[in-house]
Amino acid sequence: MPDLAFFVIMAAKIIVVFGLMLLSVTYLTWLERKLIGHMQVRYGPMRVGPHGLLQPIADGLKLMFKEDIIPEAADRKLYLMAPALALVPAFISFAVIPFGNQVRLFGRTIDLVITDINVGLLYLFGVTSLGVYGIVLGGWASNNKYALLGGLRSAAQMISYELSLGLSVVGVVMLSGSLSLVEIVNAQSTVWFVVLQPIGFLIFLICATAETNRAPFDLPEAETELVAGFHVEYSSMKFAMYFIAEYANMITVAALATTLFLGGWRGPVLPSVVWFLIKLFLFIFLFIWLRATLPRFRYDQLMRFGWKVLLPAALANIVITAGFVALR
Amino acid sequence: MTATVPLQAYLILSAALFTIGVIGVLIRRNALIIFMAIELMLNAVNLSFVAFSRFLDSMDGQVIVFFVMAVAAAEVALGLAIIIALYRNKESVNVDEINLLRG
Amino acid sequence: MEWVVFIPLAAMALATAVSVVLLRNPIYCALSLIGTFFALSGLYLLLQAQFIAMVQVIIYAGAIMVLFLFVIMLLDLGHEPSPWPRRDRPRLLLSVVLVLLLLLELTVAIRPGISKAIRGPYTSAVVDAVGNTQLVGRLLFTDFLIPFEITSIILLIAIIGAMVLARRHLG
Repeated sequence: MPDLAFFVIMAAKIIVVFGLMLLSVTYLTWLERKLIGHMQVRYGPMRVGPHGLLQPIADGLKLMFKEDIIPEAADRKLYLMAPALALVPAFISFAVIPFGNQVRLFGRTIDLVITDINVGLLYLFGVTSLGVYGIVLGGWASNNKYALLGGLRSAAQMISYELSLGLSVVGVVMLSGSLSLVEIVNAQSTVWFVVLQPIGFLIFLICATAETNRAPFDLPEAETELVAGFHVEYSSMKFAMYFIAEYANMITVAALATTLFLGGWRGPVLPSVVWFLIKLFLFIFLFIWLRATLPRFRYDQLMRFGWKVLLPAALANIVITAGFVALR
Repeated sequence: MTATVPLQAYLILSAALFTIGVIGVLIRRNALIIFMAIELMLNAVNLSFVAFSRFLDSMDGQVIVFFVMAVAAAEVALGLAIIIALYRNKESVNVDEINLLRG
Repeated sequence: MEWVVFIPLAAMALATAVSVVLLRNPIYCALSLIGTFFALSGLYLLLQAQFIAMVQVIIYAGAIMVLFLFVIMLLDLGHEPSPWPRRDRPRLLLSVVLVLLLLLELTVAIRPGISKAIRGPYTSAVVDAVGNTQLVGRLLFTDFLIPFEITSIILLIAIIGAMVLARRHLG
């Protein structure tokens, strides 16, 4: 039986990570609006607080006070449960990601990962595949044709790209010999996997953008398409929960990309957590940059790309990597 | 009670889940729910395999469960395609109404 | 100590399984089945089969049930009529009684010491040293290579078959 200190440390880690994630998600909205604004030669939010820093708080208050409408013929239990079903996987997927090297506090060595399970990567894939349910059930429970179609399209997109996402990571698993994220980070002590697996990295980034329904793959939920997709009947806090889930997913996928390809928290001079945050911010900046720059894929182009281009490329990557590993 | 759960507990749970699946297949008339009950039966058997794998110090059970899952996935894809084709023809998934070959 | 985890998981598995069979809305049945899969995944973790537990969530709860939900939503089946229509009642009761007899027989057959199976080499210590996934992978590519290859063909057949069966015939 582990002692009390173990539970206290675990609780502290969970609170810190969870709190930071919630804070980051709110300020990610601000960051996105500012960055897209500057990329479009305008300022973005400037009025609410200095440089619009209080904008997320204003948005949060607005959403909380908005009228909460539930359609009469909607399936109430599912309608209320669906945003939570979208939110929970986005947050619990951070449980296995190592965000720093070991630290010594109060005479104990603490690993900066909430829990290191030996099938950490599979756990992450299981949890991301559960994110589909929030969207599908939200679309269904709204009792609205357009919401249902939007939800089904979004779900089909997610499960198609999930496949290539999983396959693109097999090369990393082969090189590091383990599914545990802590060991994958440790295996990158000499060279980062982005150098050894460039194709895998590229496929992973594309699939991650599609998986989180971010531009240019955000057709199922864009405001101008199909009456805003599966969340058309949602208002106020439930609508906010869907968007928190999307941003949290984006953070998780960026964290996964840094852990698998960019060496996680490894880096000279600066403390490990700072390096992790720098690399995380790099990927989030990349996602926001993609949104500001690229036009949207049409749905059939999206599906064709996922199945006919990315899947064969990921399979070829596996074969080539396996050849190299076998001949080493 | 002993500290660890004995093999019999897992096997009885597996038997109970299996019989619930059988009752589902016998009672329900909706083809999709019958299919779900069949999946329940497959999972009950998976539980037996994994329990034996642990208590007999062998990994064979887990490998066989892997194959069962792969085959179950293939079976679900084909079964649902058949149900869709059936629905297109008869506008119903009630197995009582699929009686064209009845003598 | 293990009982503290086993009893709630087993209760959840049984409760959700019974809901699958008794509920009348197909969507709720599918969601109950997902609950059963989660309970089973927890039991696999208790049995130290971590790879199979995660694969269960990924494949069953994450892919197969999504497929089920797609079909239920697209076919737009409403609530079922009662599964206990009056004229069918004798037949249904007889089937339930027979199945309960099956359960009784299975429970009696599982007496301690009834199986004289041979114990294998992979004790918990060995599995912890090498790694659960590594051992499953090793077995898949050595002892179980032929079933592995045949499974890939089965999956290919399933893909082609599903596409052919569900295709709309034009003209």
